[in-house]
Amino acid sequence: MWYLCMFFHRLLDYRKAEVESLAQLFLDDKDKWSSLEWRIPLHHHPDSPFHYVNLPSEDAARNIANRSILVKGIYEIWGEGGSYEELEESIRSYPDERKLPYLEPGTTFKITVDSFGKVISFQDQNDRIKGFTYIPFKGQVNLKNPDHKFWVMETDDYGSSNGLPPVEGRRIFFGREVGGADRSLLPTYQLKSRNYLGPTAMDAEIAFLMANQALATPGKLVYDPFVGTGSILVAAAHFGAMTMGADIDIRVVRDGRGPDCNVWSNFKQYGLPMPVGLLRADNNLPPWRSGLKEVFDAIICDPPYGVRAGGRKSGGRKLLKGTVDPYTVPDDKRTDHIPSTGAYSLVECVHDLLDLAARMLIMGGRLVFFYPVLREDDNVENHFPEHPCFKLIATSEQILSSRYSRVLLTMVKISPYTEEIAEAARIKHIDFRENHLKWLEDGNLHSAVFSPDPQLTATGDSKLGKEPKPKYRGKYV
Amino acid sequence: MRLLTHNMLSSNIKGVSNRFPLRIEVEKVLEKQGDFNADFLRNMFPKIEWKAFVDAARTIGYADLPEEVDDSSILTSEEFLNKFHHALLELHLEEGALVCPETGRRFPVNKGIPNMLLHEDEV
Repeated sequence: MWYLCMFFHRLLDYRKAEVESLAQLFLDDKDKWSSLEWRIPLHHHPDSPFHYVNLPSEDAARNIANRSILVKGIYEIWGEGGSYEELEESIRSYPDERKLPYLEPGTTFKITVDSFGKVISFQDQNDRIKGFTYIPFKGQVNLKNPDHKFWVMETDDYGSSNGLPPVEGRRIFFGREVGGADRSLLPTYQLKSRNYLGPTAMDAEIAFLMANQALATPGKLVYDPFVGTGSILVAAAHFGAMTMGADIDIRVVRDGRGPDCNVWSNFKQYGLPMPVGLLRADNNLPPWRSGLKEVFDAIICDPPYGVRAGGRKSGGRKLLKGTVDPYTVPDDKRTDHIPSTGAYSLVECVHDLLDLAARMLIMGGRLVFFYPVLREDDNVENHFPEHPCFKLIATSEQILSSRYSRVLLTMVKISPYTEEIAEAARIKHIDFRENHLKWLEDGNLHSAVFSPDPQLTATGDSKLGKEPKPKYRGKYV
Repeated sequence: MRLLTHNMLSSNIKGVSNRFPLRIEVEKVLEKQGDFNADFLRNMFPKIEWKAFVDAARTIGYADLPEEVDDSSILTSEEFLNKFHHALLELHLEEGALVCPETGRRFPVNKGIPNMLLHEDEV
C-alpha cells in the first residue's frame, strides 16, 4: 500500500536511506523489500520533503516511522489535489471502509494544518479545518492525546527565492498519521549536555542515523574501531545493541578526564548498558586471534581522515620515514615504554577498515562509515572504496564546506572472507609499510581542504570560476 | 575487561607463532551485573574458543563452567546460559595483565582496559 512519507527538511540525502534500512528491520520478506518503491507527488522536486512510499502494512509503516530520526510522519492519504475543491472530490471518492473506522463515535481525533515553505496564519488554519465538514467525524476532538491524528499538508509555488526545492504548483494532502519520529531523544542526547566530549565527537542526530543504517537492535554486537569518547556507540546502545570499541589513544579510552568523566560515564549518563569491551588497539595491527571471524553484526565508525584529527598507527614516525633504524626497546624500559606512532593515511586506514570488516562481520552484516570527498571532483561515485565482500547500498552526502563534504557509506557483506582476499590484503599491507611516505602524500586531504581556493587565487573572483554544483540543503544541514 | 574480550584477543607481535590464549595475571577482579540476553549468548557461543574460555574463567575465580560442550543443544538449558552469561559478561578483570604465551610480553590491563599496542620493535 502507498503511504505518504513526509520528512524533516534536513540531511536530505540521509532520509530515504534511513527508511530503506529500517524496512530491513521491520519487514518479514527482506529480499523483496531490499529496495523500496518510491514516487514523487505531482509538482514536487526529488529534494522535497514529500515522498510516496510503498509498504506492505500499516504496522510496518508505523514501526519504521517511530524508530526513524528524519521521518516527520507517515500518512495514509485520504485525498490530494491542487485546490480544496479537488481535495474534497478526492477524499469523497476514497473508500468508506478505509475511512469510517477512524471516524466512529467514542474515538477522539485532532486535525493539524501544516505547510512547507510558508506559514499559514492561525485564522487561516481554523478556516481550513472548518472546511472539512463533509467528512463525517463522529468522535470527540482531543488536542492533547487523540486516538487519530489527521493532517492537512499544503505546498505551493511561493517563488524560488527561499532556497527550498521548487514546487511547480499548489498541492494539498489530507491524511491520517500512522507514525512519526520521536525526536525528543535528540535533546536528551545532544552533545552539549554530554559528560565526556572530544574534538571529533559525533553529533547525536548523525550518530542515531548511523546506528539506524547499521540496524542496531537488542542482541547484536556493534564494533567501533575508532571509538574515541564513544559517541557513536552511545546511539547503538540506545537501540539495545551490545557495543565494543577500540582506540589507539589510551588517554581517551582508559583515562578520560577522571573517574566520572570517561567513555563509561557517557553510557551511565543515559542509563545505557556499558560497552561489553573497550580496548586500546591499533586498527593497522588489530590484535584479534587468528580464526576469529564473523563475530560482529555491524561496524560503525568515523575514521580519522586527517582534517579535524589525523590517524596514527604503530611503528614510530622516524622509523616509517626511513631516517632511523628499527628502535629496540631496552629490557629495563619495557614495562612503561610508550611506543611512538606514525601518521596513518586515509587510504591505508580505509583499506584496513574494509579488510577488518570483511573478516569480522557476519554475512549480511553492515559496515557504516564516513568517507570524505572533495566537492570539486566530478564523478565522486567512482572514488568510493570497494571490496569484493561488500555491496555499497547507500551513500548520503553531508556538505561541510564549499570545498569538501563527507559521505556516509553503508555497505552490506555479501560474500565470505576467503584465503585469497586475506592474502591480497596482506600484500597490500606490506606495500603500505614499505611505501609509507608515498601513501601519506597521496591522500593529504588536510592541505586540499585548507589551502586557498585555486579559483580565487587565479582570478580574484570565484564567480568567474565554474558554478558550484546545484544541490539543495536543509535549512541548517 | 570481560572474558568475551579475552577470548577474542591474541598477541600480535611480529614473528610469534603461539599467540593464543593470552595468560591472565590477576590483580583485581570485579563482578558487575549485566543484562541477560539469550539471543546474544546463543549468537556468541559458536564464536567462543571454549577451552581457553573455561581456563580463563578458572584463572579469575569461576570454576562452574562445563569442561566440554560438544553440541549446541546445551543452549536450551537455562542453567547453562546463566553460567555462560556470568562468565562471559559479568566478571571483569579490572587490574592485571595479559601475557603472550610465547614471549612472556605483558599487555597491561588498567581500569579494565587492555593495552594491546605494540612497541616499535614488535611490529
